[in-house]
This record gives sequence, C-alpha cells and structure tokens, in this order.
Amino acid sequence: MLDLRWPIGLMFSLIGALLLIYGVATRSDTALYERSLGININIIWGIVLLIFGVLMVLGAAMGKKEQ
Amino acid sequence: MQPIQLQWIDFTVILAYVAFILGIGWALARYMKNSRDFLTSGRAIPTWVTGLAFISANLGALELVGMAASGAKYGIATAHFYWVGAIPAMIFLAVFMMPFYYGSKARSAPEYLKLRFDERVRILNGAAFAVMTIFMSGISMNALAKLLHLLLHWNYNLSLWISSVVVVLYVFKGGLTSAIYTEVLQFFMIVLGFTPVVYLGLKDVGGWNALKRHLADVAQNPAALALNDKTFSPDAWSHAWRPLLAGPEHNPMGVDIFAMVFGLGFVLSFGYWCTNFLVVQRAMAAKNMTAARNTPLVAAVPKMLFPAIVILPGMIAAALMTMPDKDYRIPPPIISDQNYAKAVEAVKSAKPSVENPGIDAVQKALGAPVFDDKVSALISTNMLTPLSDSQIKEGLYNSVAENDYDSVIPSLVKKYCPPGLLALALTALLASFMSGMAGNISAFNTVWTYDLYQTYRRLVLDRPRAATIQRADGKSEEVTFIPKDLGDDHYLWMGKAVTVVGALLSIGCAYFANNYGNAMDVVQLGFAFVNAPVFATFLLGMFWKRTTGTGAFYGLIGGIFTSAVFQSLTLAKGDLPGLKGGYLGVVLSFRSEMAQNFWMASFAFVACFIFTVAISIVTRQRKSDEDLKGLVYSLTPKIKDHEKHFLQRPAVLGVILLICCVILNIIFW
Repeated sequence: MLDLRWPIGLMFSLIGALLLIYGVATRSDTALYERSLGININIIWGIVLLIFGVLMVLGAAMGKKEQ
Repeated sequence: MQPIQLQWIDFTVILAYVAFILGIGWALARYMKNSRDFLTSGRAIPTWVTGLAFISANLGALELVGMAASGAKYGIATAHFYWVGAIPAMIFLAVFMMPFYYGSKARSAPEYLKLRFDERVRILNGAAFAVMTIFMSGISMNALAKLLHLLLHWNYNLSLWISSVVVVLYVFKGGLTSAIYTEVLQFFMIVLGFTPVVYLGLKDVGGWNALKRHLADVAQNPAALALNDKTFSPDAWSHAWRPLLAGPEHNPMGVDIFAMVFGLGFVLSFGYWCTNFLVVQRAMAAKNMTAARNTPLVAAVPKMLFPAIVILPGMIAAALMTMPDKDYRIPPPIISDQNYAKAVEAVKSAKPSVENPGIDAVQKALGAPVFDDKVSALISTNMLTPLSDSQIKEGLYNSVAENDYDSVIPSLVKKYCPPGLLALALTALLASFMSGMAGNISAFNTVWTYDLYQTYRRLVLDRPRAATIQRADGKSEEVTFIPKDLGDDHYLWMGKAVTVVGALLSIGCAYFANNYGNAMDVVQLGFAFVNAPVFATFLLGMFWKRTTGTGAFYGLIGGIFTSAVFQSLTLAKGDLPGLKGGYLGVVLSFRSEMAQNFWMASFAFVACFIFTVAISIVTRQRKSDEDLKGLVYSLTPKIKDHEKHFLQRPAVLGVILLICCVILNIIFW
C-alpha cells in the first residue's frame, strides 16, 4: 500500500519551499513582519518545514529500497 | 474583528494542501475492493499511522477551539483533560481492552457488544453513536464555517459546502484508509501550523515566567477581563493541582477533587477514549494485535504534549489582556453594526449632568454588558475632544464585558501571522476541521452499515419466511423462503452511499446548529446523558463473565435514566432552573456547570454499574464460557508478549508513559 511518508514529505517540502521563497522575496518589507515581532518567520519556518519534508521523503525512499 | 486579506501565497498553500489530501484519496481508491477494505481498512495499517490518526480524529475544530477557550477561562488546569483524563484512559485501552476489541474480530465497538451480550445492547449503543456522530460533526462544521466568516469574511454556505465536498471526495474514494492517512497528514499540519503562532505569542508575552506573572494578575482580578466574577490566589491559572486541592471555591473551574479525578479522569475520559468508536476504530485498523495495542500508546506521546499547542494559546490570550501596551483582547461576541451605531450615538449624546452618564444607554444600545469604567472614560474623553465615530466604535469594542472564547485561536492567528505563515495556520484550522469530519463520517458509515443496516437485514428483511403455496394439483404445500444473500458488493455500495448521506446529514445539522442554538443545547444534553454511564457496560462486559445481556441492556438504560434524573435535581450556581437542570427542584447545588457535569457522570456510572450487576445476578447467562472466549478477560488466554523485546511490550510502554504523565503533573503542580 501507499507509503504515507511520500505525500507528507512532498507536501511539506513544497509548502516549506513556498514559504522560504516568499520570505526571501519579502525580506526587506519590515512593515509586513511587524506582526511577527520583527522576525522573518516565513524564512525560519519555511526552512523547518523543508527539512521535515525532506526527511520524510528520504525515509520513504530508504524504506522502498529495503523492500 | 476586521477580516484579513489573503495574498497569493496564502491561496497557493491552501490549494497545495487540498491537492495532496485529494491525491491520497485517489491513490488509495484501487485498494478498495470489498466492504472490509472500505469500512475497516482491511486491518493493514502501520502503527505510527494509526497512532497519529487516533488523536487526530479527536482533534477536530471543536477540540482545538474549545481547549484554547478553556485555557483562557481556567488556565493550566485545563490540562487535566489530558494528564488526568486522556492519557491514563489511552494506556488502559492499550493494555487491557484492546485485546478484546481486536481479538474478537468485531468490526466495530457496537459489534463487540453484540458478540459479548446481544443485539439489543448493540443497537442501543450503535444507534446512539450514529446519531451523536452526525450531530457532533454538524456542530463542528458550523463552528468552522462561522470562524472562517469571522476571520476572512468567507461566505458561510460556501465554506461549509466546499470543505465538506473535499472530505466526502477523499473518504468516498479511499474509505477508512483514506480518512486515517489524511488524518496523519492533518496531524502534522496542525502541529506545524500552530507551533510558530504559540512561539510568537509566548515570546511577545515575555516567556514562560513572564506569562506566569501576568496570569497571577489575571487570577487576582479576573472580573476586570470578564473571565470570572470571583478572585483567586495568584497561582490559580498557572498551577494545575494546588488550586484544585484548595477546594471548588479556589479554582476557576469550580470543581472539587473527587469530581475531577473520578468524574472526569475515570468515568468521562475512560468512557470516551476506551469505548467511543471514533477513536477505537483507528486502533482496530492496525495490522496486527501488537500494532493495535500500541496504537493508543503511540498516540499518548504527542497527546501528552498537546497542551502546549491547544491550551497555552488560551493562557497567552488571558495574559495579553493584562498588558495594555499589547492592544489585545479576546474578541467580544459579535455585535451588529446597527447596535454599534446606536451605541456611538449614545456616547455622543451622554450628558455630563446625569449622575450615571449614559452608561446604561450605551449598554442598552449595544445589547451586551459593558465595563462601566471604560465606557465612562470613553464618554469623558469624547466630551473633552470629540472623537471620530470609528474611534468611538473601537472604544466600545474594547468596553464589552463579555468574551467570545471561541475566537481565541483566530484572534491570535490574526495578531501574529504575516502572509505566508498565515496560510499555514489557516490550513491547520481547515485540517483540524477536515480530520474531525472525516473521522466522524468514516466511523458513522461503519456503524451504520455493519451494526444497523446489516443487523436490520438479518433480523427483519432477510429472515427466512414460511409460506403456503397452492400447487397445480390443488394441494397446498408449506415452504420456507430464504432470501438471496446480497453479498459483500451490496454492503460496499451501502458504505459508499452512506458516506455521502452522512456528509449531507452533517451539513443539515450544521445549519440546525446555526439556526437553532437552543435546540442544539437540548440535543447535546441528551448525548451527555447517554455517554455518562457507557463505560460501566464495557468494563463489566470485559472483566466480569457473569454479566448478562439483559443486565447490560437495562443497566445502561438505568444509567441513562439516572443522568437525566440527577440533572433535573441539581443546578450550578448562577443558572436558572430549566435546560441547565433543576427543573424538578434543586436538591444539590454546584459551583459550576462543569462540576455538575462531572458529578452527573459519576452518579450515572455508579448507577449503571450497580443495575448491571444486580440484574445480571438475577438473570440467566445465555452465553457459554466457550462463546465468551476472546471477549472476557478471565476466559481469554493471556497474550504472551515476553517473546518480543522488553521495551516493545504494551504493558512496559504503558508504565513508562504513565510515569511521564505523573512527572508532567508534578512539574505543573
């Protein structure tokens, strides 16, 4: 059956990359990040999601090899 | 609250999420060959998946929003729902009860009752569960659609229908497996979506110690925030046990220790986590007995830590309200623009000569209680230097002495999320809603198809019938008609059809909840009566072989009846006799509705227990010991788990988890 780590990993990699790109593109916009206490949370959390997503995909790929 | 404008990034993230959950449904569709695959997922799912789905199915929008609301109202003591209630119950389910659910080969919790007792108990439990599931699903959907309207000004009907269609599509395609798989994805979405919001909120307050300091201010004067009308010791919001041990008048929940530990911790929590098919179904879908038993244990780990994302936001919201420079309040209940306009006029026309300068007029125009000092300050400011209408409106908004606690989460999301992160938090909200609804629908269609419809067919429609036919030679003959077996395809078809019907019924209930809030309160009260005693039935069934079907059936009815009588004779302080209880006279009075509810459950449980035992003793046991093998503790061969690695045994894991849970209780004592 479908290894659930594939969709989870791919989805969070995609969303993480989107946030990261958006965060980098808007990094000079200080007004935008007033809400998040001046922290560019999109870059930080985008990276976190990307790492999580990639780890899930790696897990799925390795699981497939074992089989 | 002013609605938030979404950017392209926000829509992209939401669409990506929807595409992935639909994709899971489609990817699983080819595995759905028969009704078992569709309704019980063919028992083939790995433990970590069923474990996370186990909590995710419970983590609906109501749970998220409700726990944050309680966090604001009661502080860290809300964690008792987790650390006293859920965790011990989940461990009990794993170690003691799962062997009977899974080992009996029952396809649902009501079916277990049929195997253990008889069809009556099954139908009583199954029908109550089916009705309740649909209503709860509807209530949750109504809450979400309202929230999206409040937050984004999305159309109520549109958000209700579109999100329901998405859920129906993936459950229809991939059945229970699809519901479980997406629940896991949604679990991660919820955790990863809300963590940064909580982090930002906590940072804004100044960290954990600053939060405790501000909560001490809250506790000493909660009336200033319209949180409670009494005063408490400074630790009432930041400690879980100390205020509770001090007695019901010293904690904001108004609950005594017995009601908390026995009523909530034992009766209600064990009743929910160990017998509610919505969650038990996830464990029953595991691939083998060990996986099934480990499911609630896997679930217990994140569940134990959940207060950090579901309760902490409420505590942060309460603390923020004591910090004037943060310009935050929990939003007041929605007041129409007309009422605001009238109140603005009332502020403008207030005369300085009147003793109580216009406060009553403002209160009347708004149709909600107000803080007198804030309104009179607003009036005098306006008299010195006239304010614009919108400034007055904002002043009025901040003067309403009532909180809409359900808005805690959305208001924090709005306060802290820039575009981008906003999308993630919104998607997390949508995910919690969808996982709740998919959970309800997938549990409903199993109970409907196997416990109600199939039972009805067997007992009524497909019963062999005797008939007399006239033969050609004039003689008559007695024959027996045995209706054709419809085969599994029919039940697969039924399961799929009911997925759609169940969703439509929930949508109907959502509209019902939206339009007839009071009627919905009555319905929920009914559910409270039915749920309170049910754990006694399962407990006696599994651990006392003498329990008879008749005893269980009438014991359960007696327990339900006891809840109703108890409720009609008791009342919480501040409530009027009626729906809240006491309509047959007030014999007992409680400090809060929560205490009344916990005590009601305690009485109902004890009554059901006594009735069941008493009736069982005087009735004949129709099941032989052989029939009860695998269903009752003393007649089932003990599972040998000593072959497995020491740390993989459910009992060992359970003890470790229990110790962690105790440690958490001590840390936040």
